[in-house]
Order: sequence, then structure tokens, then C-alpha cells
Amino acid sequence: MTSIDAADLKRMFDAIAMAIEADKDRLCQLDGVIGDADHGIAMALGFGAVRDALAPLDLAAIEPTALLNTAAKSFLNAVGASSGPLYATAFMRGAVAVKGKANLAGADVIALFQAMAQGIQDRGKAEIGEKTMVDAWLPAAQAAAATHAAGKTLSESLAAAVEAAERGAEATKDMVAAKGRSSRLGERSLGHMDPGAASAVTVISAIRKSLA
Amino acid sequence: MPTKKIINDGNSTVDEMLEGILAAHPRHLKSVVGSPRSIIACDRPRQGKVGLVIGGGSGHEPTFLGFVGKGLADAAAIGNVFASPPPDPILECAKAVSGGAGVLFMYGNYAGDVMNFDMAAEMAAMDDIEVRTVLTTDDVASAPRDQRQKRRGVAGNFFIFKAAGAACDRMLSFDECERIARKANDHTFTMGVALSPCSLPQTRRPNFEIGPDEMEIGMGIHGEPGIARGKLKTADEITDEMLDKILDEMAPARGDKVAVLVNSLGSTPLMELYIMNRRVKRRLDDIGVAVHATWVGNYCTSLEMAGASVTLMHLDDELQTMLDHPCDCAMFRAG
Repeated sequence: MTSIDAADLKRMFDAIAMAIEADKDRLCQLDGVIGDADHGIAMALGFGAVRDALAPLDLAAIEPTALLNTAAKSFLNAVGASSGPLYATAFMRGAVAVKGKANLAGADVIALFQAMAQGIQDRGKAEIGEKTMVDAWLPAAQAAAATHAAGKTLSESLAAAVEAAERGAEATKDMVAAKGRSSRLGERSLGHMDPGAASAVTVISAIRKSLA
Repeated sequence: MPTKKIINDGNSTVDEMLEGILAAHPRHLKSVVGSPRSIIACDRPRQGKVGLVIGGGSGHEPTFLGFVGKGLADAAAIGNVFASPPPDPILECAKAVSGGAGVLFMYGNYAGDVMNFDMAAEMAAMDDIEVRTVLTTDDVASAPRDQRQKRRGVAGNFFIFKAAGAACDRMLSFDECERIARKANDHTFTMGVALSPCSLPQTRRPNFEIGPDEMEIGMGIHGEPGIARGKLKTADEITDEMLDKILDEMAPARGDKVAVLVNSLGSTPLMELYIMNRRVKRRLDDIGVAVHATWVGNYCTSLEMAGASVTLMHLDDELQTMLDHPCDCAMFRAG
């Protein structure tokens, strides 16, 4: 029986921070092709700030909701940019989804994951196919929910999410950007992976590794 | 090889720059207590005056904070290099300059800025500060004419902020300030050209690749790719290419008046800007359009990028009055 508490979520954020830091240069390079080359910097700054904000928390005394709200605020104030409001909204929506629970069962984690993806979509108002991080987050959330609903474990569900995110990010290469800064490029954005979708894969993979 | 920069630490460039700016301009600028990325004019707020908050990423100096001062913007929220500020410093700006008559948010149309400023506007509403937003969309290269609302804001910010700031300083109503700000944006057209890239202080790597004999027309002020890349041409040919597009959209009649801004993206020198301005003036003379005022220099830069932009503002009596209105900012004075 899965049970995820605040300490597990803190470990998850630490794992994301480490994975993004290691991936920073690749993300900046992807962004340099169709954007302004700072996506890796913003993501590393944001998750680094989350790690620092969570470090002093008393994990025995804090519930997942408060931890996620702390993560949201620290990410947002460190970054601004586009990723700030998008990920901050993800964590805040996730916080609402698990409100009142000290220990999260598998279904709660799936609900948290879905709320994060929905938050990103709502804040950025992007649809599937517009070459944004939504192209990785939304299929990942759907795959996780569908796999879990079919009776699989949390670990298997998150593995399905990673696969769906990877396929989604890969598919952004064939998309013409319709949202965000690269949308001004038109056809010239074709052939390049969206950096926001690429970093989403890194984040989701780290979530899977730390919670599975 | 990392690019060469005079910095101490790539992660502290913005804060160290702000410290230096506040030290240089103590009569004009200060930061909000407890919110160092919220820069306000020293003589704020004024009761009954619409407050004007501008802002965006760093790396475009003197945009944005150089245009904070009496007669222009009341405050600027400062982001990381090329990244929108988060909502908190924007909100602190709004609170600091609110004179009870409403606060205008004005900034370039970029997805990140829109999300952060909108969140700040929602937070300001909870503090009973009414915020209205006017996005700048002057870059004609960034979307087709029928999608003006999708265009990004670039060097024309200078004219648009100037007109809106004057309206606010003249104690006009919130409705009037907003109307003039929108009109200023509708009347302003910019085209840029880039010759060599810039590099972020944190990466110190060129943010795009361009051949030694190439230029890119329409490139954005963060190095976003433009609309066409080609061999480097002469100053007159480049200026013509930019003006053709601007004039086609602006469609001035003989006898109309414009304001001109020839802006360096960072490392292109005044000599080259004035050569471009020579061509601008000749072209406008040829079609019988009068130049009311000209500004040449670094107004909206992109770190050390080489290149330039040309902005025309199509003037009527009202916009001309607003441009002529005196202002006294840290990095710009008029009247």
C-alpha cells in the first residue's frame, strides 16, 4: 500500500532539483534554437529555490498541502518568467487536490499529478498541439490516471506517465509553435523540440524515480 | 570559450546592477523597502494621479527602470535577465505608486510577462487597487498585420511609455490615460535587425548563431529569431528594408508628422545609428512626412547584441503634446 508523506514529497523536489540542474545546459541549448536560451536557467533557479525553501521545514509537522504551497511561492518568486507562474500554479493546484491529507495513497498522488497538469494548462491557456509543456504534461497525466484506473500500481502508473511525456515532447518537433515566445517563429519552429516540454520530461522522470 | 563580460558572478548581475544604479541616481530612484526589485521614482505617490508601473526582464537597460521619474513611469518591476519579474515585486510597485486613481500596467507582450503581471493585478485587486493593463505590440516583424495583438513589444516601448506617462502626469482620468496609452501603442511601429548575438551572464554563450557575413531582419530583443536571414547589406539598404515595412503599415499622408527613434541593440555604435538616421530622414523627406523629434542611441538594448531598430510614432496633436511633455528620469530627460 503506497503512502506518500511530506518527507517523501520533499525528497521528490530534491530529486527534481538535481535532475534539472544536471539538464540545465541542454535545456538552454534547446531554448536557444527557438527562444531566448534561458529556460534551463529559470528551471534550475526555480527548483533550487524550492529545495532551499523546503530544507528548514519540520517535515513531521507539515502536511503535503503546506509543503506544496511553500514550493509554489519559492519557485514563483525566484523565477518570474513563464515557467514561474506555470509551475507555481501546478503546485498550488496540487496542494488543493491533497488538502487535509497527511499521507497520500496512490490515488491521491495520481490526483495531485492531474491537478498539476491541469494547473499548467489553465494558467498558460495552451492546448495540445501548440508546442508547449502542455504537450508533455497533459498526456502524462492522462496516462497516469488511465493506468492507475486499470488497477496498476503507482509505480507503473508513473512509468506510463514518463513514457507519455517523452512521446509528447518528441511530438513537439513536428509542431508549429502557437503559444509562447517561439510562436512568432511560425514555420521556423518546426523540427525543434519545445524546451518546456523537454524539461517537463525531466521533471516527470524525477517524480517517478523518487516516488516509485 | 565563454563570452567576455565585466561581471563578478553571473547569478548576481541584476542585483549588483541595481545597487550601482541606485548609487548613481539617488535623486530619481529608490527601491521599495523590503522589495529590492521594485524600483520607484523618489517623488511618489501623488494623490489622484493614475500610477504607471512598467517592467520586464533585465538586460534591456535603460528600459525599463531608466524611464522611471517625474512625467514618465512611477515604478518599474525588475526581472532576471530576459525573464519577467514574478508577481510580488510588481504588486509592491503598484502599492507604492497608487494614488487612489488606478494603476496602469504597461509592458511588452510576452507570455511570461502577461502571466506574472496578471497575477499581480489579481493580487492588487484584493488590496482595492484597480489595475488596467496596456500591452505594447510595436514590433511589426513579429506577427502579421491582422494579428497585431500577438506582436511583441520592443524599442517602441519608449514612445508608448512616454505618452502614457505624460497623460498620467497631467492628472488625466484613468479612462483617458488608458485610451492614450492604447492609442500610443497603435501609432507606434518598430523593425529591428541583428548582426551578432548576445550572451546571458549565466551561460556566457552566444544565444544564437549567425554567420560572419549575415544579418537577421526582425530579430527580437531577446535574440528570438526574426523573419529573414540574409547577407549583410549597406546601412541604406537595411534602413530601407525596415522603413518599407513600417511605412506600408503606418501609411502616413503627405504633411503628417512622426517621431523617430533609432535604437542600438547594445554594441552598435552611435556612428552607425546616425548613418541609419540619415537615411530615415531622407526617406521621410521624399514622401513629405515631417520629423517632429528624433532620438538616437541606446533606449532598448539586448545586452551586447549588435544591431539596431528603427521606430516611428505616427503623431497627431494629442500624441505630440504627450511626447513634448517634460519628464525627468534617471536615464532620460525631456522638455
